[in-house]
Amino acid sequence: MGFPKLKRTSLYEAHKSLKAKMINFNGWEMPLQYSGILDEHRAVRSSVGIFDVSHMGEIIIKGRDAFNLLQFLITNDVSKLKDNGCQYSVMCYPDGGIVDDLIIYRFSSEEFMLCVNASNTEKDYQWILGNLDTAKLKASVTNVSVDNISDTISQISIQGKSAEAVLQKISDIDLSVIRHYCFKKCNIDSAESIVSRTGYTGEDGFEIYSKDNVVGIWDRLLEKGKEYSIKPVGLGARDTLRLEMKYPLYGNDINEKTTPLEADLGWVVKFDKGDFIGKDVLKKQSETGATQKLVGFEIIDKGIPRPHYPIFKEKERIGEVTSGTLSPSLGRGIGIGYVKTEVSTVGEEIDIEIRGGYQKAKIVSTPFYKGRG
Amino acid sequence: MDFPDDILYTKEHEWVRIENGKARIGITDYAQKELGDIVFVELPEVGSEVTAMEPLGVVESVKTVSDIYSPVSGKVLEINDELESIPELVNSSPYEKGWMIVVKMNDKEELKELLSAEMYTKYVEEEIQ
Repeated sequence: MGFPKLKRTSLYEAHKSLKAKMINFNGWEMPLQYSGILDEHRAVRSSVGIFDVSHMGEIIIKGRDAFNLLQFLITNDVSKLKDNGCQYSVMCYPDGGIVDDLIIYRFSSEEFMLCVNASNTEKDYQWILGNLDTAKLKASVTNVSVDNISDTISQISIQGKSAEAVLQKISDIDLSVIRHYCFKKCNIDSAESIVSRTGYTGEDGFEIYSKDNVVGIWDRLLEKGKEYSIKPVGLGARDTLRLEMKYPLYGNDINEKTTPLEADLGWVVKFDKGDFIGKDVLKKQSETGATQKLVGFEIIDKGIPRPHYPIFKEKERIGEVTSGTLSPSLGRGIGIGYVKTEVSTVGEEIDIEIRGGYQKAKIVSTPFYKGRG
Repeated sequence: MDFPDDILYTKEHEWVRIENGKARIGITDYAQKELGDIVFVELPEVGSEVTAMEPLGVVESVKTVSDIYSPVSGKVLEINDELESIPELVNSSPYEKGWMIVVKMNDKEELKELLSAEMYTKYVEEEIQ
């Protein structure tokens, strides 16, 4: 007998030597924080930080029918994606619930990579394999291979306005040619890598996928970034940074019971592209209107919203908080949660129940952090 | 970590310092380190009663909400108002500027239940392992 062993990334020893506080994140032993969540958050907002996100999953879809399979599996329109382009999307169940949210990388019309959530990697992989027969029937998918390559790939994210300057020092191509949500294959510190201008913070930045020399890349970024006061950043600040942007987190804000339309992700659901899993239910929901909607709110006075705190409007319970924190940038409690659609407009005043008392809050336009503008 | 020997400790990681018969209460250096950046402290009102080993308030870090347990029973004489605007004092000065409340004790016998610095140090070392 024994507890299942936590998985570790290639950078585990590096985190230990940086004295990170480690936590169990969905079966992965990951850094929660190094110097402190607030300090790390501010480093990313003001200059640059690096994250080990090697726990994320990568699935390769390859073959003559790779495009057709993807169009059938995901809600966004993959035909809009060009070579070296990235696209955010969700993958749904037939009832419209979300299997996962992910980023699609297009290498060619016959080869794609999906970057998926760590906790969902195996579930997603099995979901795709399990739908090959249906895809054959409904979308004429015959020639395709699906590979889960997550165990061979590490991922480092570098985020902040100085990210490009730092990464450029160890890159063999001019990074300024990579535009937002595009990527290139290149060498990072002499290791073959995929570099995309993507992230989960609301700042400019890159995500680097590599098989080899991951520790070398990590160490070199910390060394080259010194003049920009670079900091390693843990999952704690990753969460506060994404929350300030209202980027949903699978498991908290979206799951198999919520649809992309309810989650305010209607922009990645394209009904005019042909058949896809979940289309019928989502189409119907878009016509009748979703009964609940994911909104962002700010606490007016004091208090910090947390997951599962009830949301009220004039003493009627209208929903529940799914994520909340003190916003380090705004210095106020912010949260996101599902509320009844009729009370979901910006400016609506609501109450959050915190330890038995009501705290006044207001639905606000998001992102919460409007930042650089 | 710093555990001064002029104060007493609880296994829930609060401390109490006896000053002229009154009890000044806060959370320990170990507690603040474990919690990380403290961003919100909720304290009882002056004049209210607190009970030994029952929550007197909460302390919130960016990630978590934790109850603060009162080491002793009695009436709240003072609260540290400064923590409302500068909660990070609990991180930077857990035993001095980061104190939380002062209590007029009902029963000094309760102090016998608390740990000395030496006992608490040992307790924390065991908890870390």
